[in-house]
Amino acid sequence: MRRSKYERPVRPEGAGAGLKTSAMIASLAAPGQRTRSAPFGHALAELARTRPDIVGLSADLSKYTDLHIFAQAHPDRFYQMGMAEQLLMSAAAGLAREGFVPFATTYAVFAARRAYDFICLAIAEENLNVKIACALPGLTTGYGPSHQATEDVAIFRGMPNLTIIDACDAHEIEQVVPAMVAHQGPVYLRLLRGNVPLVLDEYGYTFEMGKAKTIRDGRDVLIVSSGLMTMRALEVAQALEGDRVDVAVLHVPTLKPLDEATILREAGRGGRLVVVAENHSVIGGLGEAVAGLLLRSGTVPPAFRQIGLPDAFLDAGALPTLHDRYGISTEAMVRRIREWL
Amino acid sequence: MQSHQDMLGQQDMPVQKDMPGQQAPRAGTNVSLADRAYRIRRHALLMGEVQGQGYIAQALGISDVLAVSYFHALTYRPEDPEWEGRDRFLLSIGHYAIALYAALIEAGIIPEDELTSYGGDDSRLPMSAMATYTPGMEITGGSLGHGLGIAVGMALGLKRKSSKSFIYNLFSDGELDEGSTWEAAMSASAFGLDNLIGLVDVNGMQADGPSRGVLNFEPLAPKFEAFGWFVQRVDGNDLEALVTAFDAARNHPGRCPRLVICDTQMAKGVPFLEARERNHFLRVEPAEWREALKVLDEGRMQ
Repeated sequence: MRRSKYERPVRPEGAGAGLKTSAMIASLAAPGQRTRSAPFGHALAELARTRPDIVGLSADLSKYTDLHIFAQAHPDRFYQMGMAEQLLMSAAAGLAREGFVPFATTYAVFAARRAYDFICLAIAEENLNVKIACALPGLTTGYGPSHQATEDVAIFRGMPNLTIIDACDAHEIEQVVPAMVAHQGPVYLRLLRGNVPLVLDEYGYTFEMGKAKTIRDGRDVLIVSSGLMTMRALEVAQALEGDRVDVAVLHVPTLKPLDEATILREAGRGGRLVVVAENHSVIGGLGEAVAGLLLRSGTVPPAFRQIGLPDAFLDAGALPTLHDRYGISTEAMVRRIREWL
Repeated sequence: MQSHQDMLGQQDMPVQKDMPGQQAPRAGTNVSLADRAYRIRRHALLMGEVQGQGYIAQALGISDVLAVSYFHALTYRPEDPEWEGRDRFLLSIGHYAIALYAALIEAGIIPEDELTSYGGDDSRLPMSAMATYTPGMEITGGSLGHGLGIAVGMALGLKRKSSKSFIYNLFSDGELDEGSTWEAAMSASAFGLDNLIGLVDVNGMQADGPSRGVLNFEPLAPKFEAFGWFVQRVDGNDLEALVTAFDAARNHPGRCPRLVICDTQMAKGVPFLEARERNHFLRVEPAEWREALKVLDEGRMQ
């Protein structure tokens, strides 16, 4: 429970304000980490050079979804729909009907909470070829619940026909964009934007739609993760090397349809602690999807644990503080996994 | 500009559209618009009789608008409902499916003998309109307030393709309650969508009662005018007025979307049903379907 708004916070004398509240879009990159700028916008602009059927739509957030890069490169193919998410999705459906491949972009909260009916019936019910790319998935802003899409996957997983992708880094996003276009049907992308960390290139990783991939192997713990949590999982694995704990990381960027065969194979191999890590509520996301899969198939690892956001409206504040508070920082993950071992 | 020779009792004239690449709709038939409207009503009543229920009051009310749409205004090929050069007619109001099926049957897009499958298992004619089920059904319309936004996207798409086709979107006064309708209305004029023609069926009745009492949308024409549309308001059961309005909508020189507000009479053409007050989901007793057909037929012969 948050303290009462009538109770003034007590701070030690001389203390500053602590970390400042993140800007709306906080960079996820650690100091000194390699990054790439606006990988989604650049990848889409590049692909559109050879694909005249690609169009981009924004609901007054092109700069904050990196679609402005596409808009600058292809101004005649950019549609500013205004701050009207129901229109954004239904107009994208209309453009898809006429043979185009629309990228409809906004924040994840607005797509999931505000435009759901339009995505569901105007797009998914007919399997229309609309690509929905949404910034601020999970806890990637300190702005508070209005902008924290902590339950977007739970909302979208129940929607038939919709493919859901939770991309980890710039390297992956660059490969996801052409894969989204190659896929026939609606796709929802949890998008990282701005200066996006670059991690997976060092592991020789390539994205394949619908495929989970082992990024590193390990004997003691299997972390099954998606999105930015794969980046965290790799840091956790490095940190636990010092404890002589060998951690494997299975990256599951396609949350739906789930790569059940690979997850079952890995979870059933070698008697490892299975930890599912996701930048999402523990309700209705990857953790419960994997739990259900294991139970249905009778695959029983020695222990199964979830790392994810609590079933709560989260605090506002600085993103590093919040990630630590809610257990999805590297340090918090290391602490918990040590406890579970 | 086409004359109104295709009116009551007169022969349809081949339509000469002044746009290249378009085909004349329904050329060379000798069926009047009034006959078309009568037959659309008749198909709808026969479907209603199959299920013993349905949104028959709306269907009877909108039949004249559909007759003018499919037999005066729209360009299409019955044998190829997805022909690229067609005008697109979107039924935003999914529960009017029974009415549009009747029009699609009359237009030769759906075989008349499928009428008896209406609302049944494995039918191509489900009670709520869905694009994946029915030839000629452009969109899925059961969740209200979707059509106009989809129409905006399709109109943008047609412009990208330099198509001369029009998008017609039939929506209801009830859909004026939905905020999404107004998002779309604002954007249609912002994008200068002169290839978009909205048709609002103002039949004055919603699920909970008279529309103006559910959420008053009047004055409607000035609202859309303020949103930048070219607006006409007509008696939606007056064929001649509809033809004039449709022609004016298509030929209006402004770079703006067009709206024809159609004031219609629920259950039009069957007086004993017209007289019923609670008519959103009109109760019709089993024996009354035959009676309604009889009354309709008698009205036609007069």
